[in-house]
Amino acid sequence: MQPKLPLFPEQASTVAGQVDALYLFLVLITTFFSLLIALLILFFAIKYKQTPGRKAEQIHGSTLLEIIWTVIPLGISMFIFAWAAIIFFHQRRPPTNALELYGVGKQWMWKFEYSGGQREINSLHVPMGRPVKISMISQDVIHSFFVPAFRVKYDVLPNRYNTVWFEATQPGTYHLFCSQYCGTKHSAMIGEVVVMKPEDFEAWLGSGKAEGSMAANGEKYFQDLGCITCHRPDSGARGPNLQGLYGRPVRLSDGRTIIADDNYIRESVLDPAAKIVSGFQPIMPTFKGIVNEDGMLQLIAYIKSLGEQSGEPLNNRTSPTMLRDTEVPNIQQEMKNQGGTTQPQPGKKP
Amino acid sequence: MSTVTIPTQPQLEMPKKHYLNDNYGIRSWLLTKDHKRIAVLYLITITFFFLIGGVFAALIRLHLLVPEGALFQADVYNKLFSLHGVNMVFFFLVPSIPATLGNFLVPLMVGAKDLALPKINLASWYIFIIGACFSVATMVLGGVDTGWTFYTPLSSGYLKTHVVTMAVGIIIAGFASIFTGLNFIVTVHRMRAPGLTWGRLPLFIWSNYATSLIMVLATPVLAITLILLAVERGFHIGIFDPKLGGDPVLFQHMFWFYSHPAVYIMILPGMGVISEIVTCFSRKRVFGYSFVAFSSIAIAVFGFLVWAHHMFVAGISTYSALVFSLMSFAVAIPSAVKVFNWTATMYKGSVSFHTPMLYAIGFIGLFTIGGLTGLFLAALGLDIHVHDTYFVIAHFHYVMVGGMVMAYLGGLHFWWPKLTGRMYPEGWAKLAALITFIGFNLTFFPQFILGYLGMPRRYAAYPPEFQVLNVLSTAGASILAVGFILPLIYLLWSMRYGEVAGPNPWQAKGLEWETSSPPPTHNFEHTPVVTEDPYHYGEEQDGEVPVVP
Repeated sequence: MQPKLPLFPEQASTVAGQVDALYLFLVLITTFFSLLIALLILFFAIKYKQTPGRKAEQIHGSTLLEIIWTVIPLGISMFIFAWAAIIFFHQRRPPTNALELYGVGKQWMWKFEYSGGQREINSLHVPMGRPVKISMISQDVIHSFFVPAFRVKYDVLPNRYNTVWFEATQPGTYHLFCSQYCGTKHSAMIGEVVVMKPEDFEAWLGSGKAEGSMAANGEKYFQDLGCITCHRPDSGARGPNLQGLYGRPVRLSDGRTIIADDNYIRESVLDPAAKIVSGFQPIMPTFKGIVNEDGMLQLIAYIKSLGEQSGEPLNNRTSPTMLRDTEVPNIQQEMKNQGGTTQPQPGKKP
Repeated sequence: MSTVTIPTQPQLEMPKKHYLNDNYGIRSWLLTKDHKRIAVLYLITITFFFLIGGVFAALIRLHLLVPEGALFQADVYNKLFSLHGVNMVFFFLVPSIPATLGNFLVPLMVGAKDLALPKINLASWYIFIIGACFSVATMVLGGVDTGWTFYTPLSSGYLKTHVVTMAVGIIIAGFASIFTGLNFIVTVHRMRAPGLTWGRLPLFIWSNYATSLIMVLATPVLAITLILLAVERGFHIGIFDPKLGGDPVLFQHMFWFYSHPAVYIMILPGMGVISEIVTCFSRKRVFGYSFVAFSSIAIAVFGFLVWAHHMFVAGISTYSALVFSLMSFAVAIPSAVKVFNWTATMYKGSVSFHTPMLYAIGFIGLFTIGGLTGLFLAALGLDIHVHDTYFVIAHFHYVMVGGMVMAYLGGLHFWWPKLTGRMYPEGWAKLAALITFIGFNLTFFPQFILGYLGMPRRYAAYPPEFQVLNVLSTAGASILAVGFILPLIYLLWSMRYGEVAGPNPWQAKGLEWETSSPPPTHNFEHTPVVTEDPYHYGEEQDGEVPVVP
């Protein structure tokens, strides 16, 4: 039972206690200084109330006092800054052993998908005692994933994966809010986070009606889209090899080296010309408007399943494969020829 | 109220000729180049917008009495908070003190006949009116539901309301504040009376000077941002919407590059007012003049370097968040310095409690809380939780209403005798100040708790466990409304029936008190010469504020 007028939300994550401790310290500081100022004003107001015959004593100021009340607040605020920054770094660095989930925000609902292919809407089941990392993206405007009981919040952007992580500590059902104003039904873009004991969570996952894992769906989608025609492991392929790509450095034609993460893969599908892998031609057509966010997550899951590696940059060709114009593929045309007008859709639609 | 006997003093009379009766007729007002008349025109205009914004606020609070929302559909509610924000920020708070009290007082305080560029000053009001017409048109046509922040891609690609009309209104009104700022900067540099060195300037001038710097430097960025927004919305040129190849976070960077400094546009002039009031009613020079003066400049400069603290959860890099958090803590220090200096100014003073002083003391208390709760939001790990919740709402209302509106009302009462030549009724005014203080705290204090509990802002409906605090807040708002309506009534009343004030009813220092009330059109009979430091109190015969009934 909640008390009638609680002052704190429930503490249901490992970080909640840390955030509350900092909050309490700041409440203490605020109370102290507000009371100090209020009492001083009250004291001066009574003690130095205007009385006939007594004149104000003219004081120009005091450099010593100015230094004191500059340095002390500065010291206190630097202390708060450091404390808060440590918590922030902790919140922004997901542990490597985290359970990875995927979230898509849209006007006005939350969709979540587990790597096993289970999907949920406006509800998120997570195990207790295990870090959970959610990669989130929006299908339309900016949303924000906010679970007060976990003291966790992060914006969900339409052009980039943002991640959030938490480790739940208390079984129960908690509020999930969208905290970034997102249009008419902003206040209805709410849901629940259900924290379960690990064994209950496994049982719950097993009972889900998943039609294949995200990676398996992604592989099917990869073939349906015709990606396989160019992205082949052989050396004469027109597109870079995707085996073992995920998480590995990639050398680009402009000399930069970047890590092949979710955002890179997403960009390469939607805006292929943005970053060209060294030794390849900018011949890939965009899949903007064809691949939706759910499909994208599955493609990424598939590429990820091809092996996560680290080490030497991949696809490091020194000379580009030469192509004649006739060899440049017209993917969209090929797809039309294959499957008529229907566009391939990923997995089960929500 | 204390029982006071009215001292026998010579019967004061209104001056025969002053800026209000120098000319009659609509024409003489609409074509005036007198900074005092333009201040009055601005005063009427922004009072109108304060009332409109206030009505929206009242409707918001009424709606939130019950969890599912008492009065409106979600889309209507969204329009209400958007219009409340837009009208209050761009058409009341930004022009509030600079365009009214600033316009009126800056030339008087520096001993000039007018601002440096009187025609530009009049143009500023006309531009403001054009902008205001767009805002009114937006409201008449059906409003906007973007929030006052206009975040993309929601505003540029998704909402069906009159976004461009409102954006155009804000762009236009922005030029009014650029004109005002430019005028103040030139006036302070070029028009100071003989002997009025920078070190002798009233602190109100210092704070308005700092404000003007921000207005001139930051407002163009807002115009650019909103023009880009309108271009994307109107012509589908991708700037912010990823569907068109843009970046939505870019909008936030640009918007806050103006709008964070704009927060200081909205508070610095208030700080100047408080410095004037506290010294006068303590009969003392200000404690640490140069520290108070330079803290205004420090706030103006640092204020430009903290914008991304609005974006800690928007996906900016962890390290840049670190830098912006550090800068945000740094910008809090000059504000703290001011608070300590005002408090120290009362030490060993001869303190009296007329209405302006009540507002000033209220300001110091509420601004202290508003400022300190800003530290919660600058603290990275904590901001993650409280960002975009009612905690933020409570924080900035403590600064904007508890701070700026209290200072505005305090200043209005303090200089009302100068503006109109007549006194307001002291008893009613004290009552209103008290009601405002109580109503304000009851409205916004519960919102701190509500925010920490996790209630997001801009919610038309909320989970039932948040109801008690929402009801408290609404109850407070109804008290606060009384506190705001009372001055409107008795100030209007006093213009006709108030006691004649005389040139200097507070026995205050400063050039504005050395001319008659209301001042003549050209402000001073002879160009004043300044021979003493500011706030040179303690020289007058009895050293006290005369008791006013």
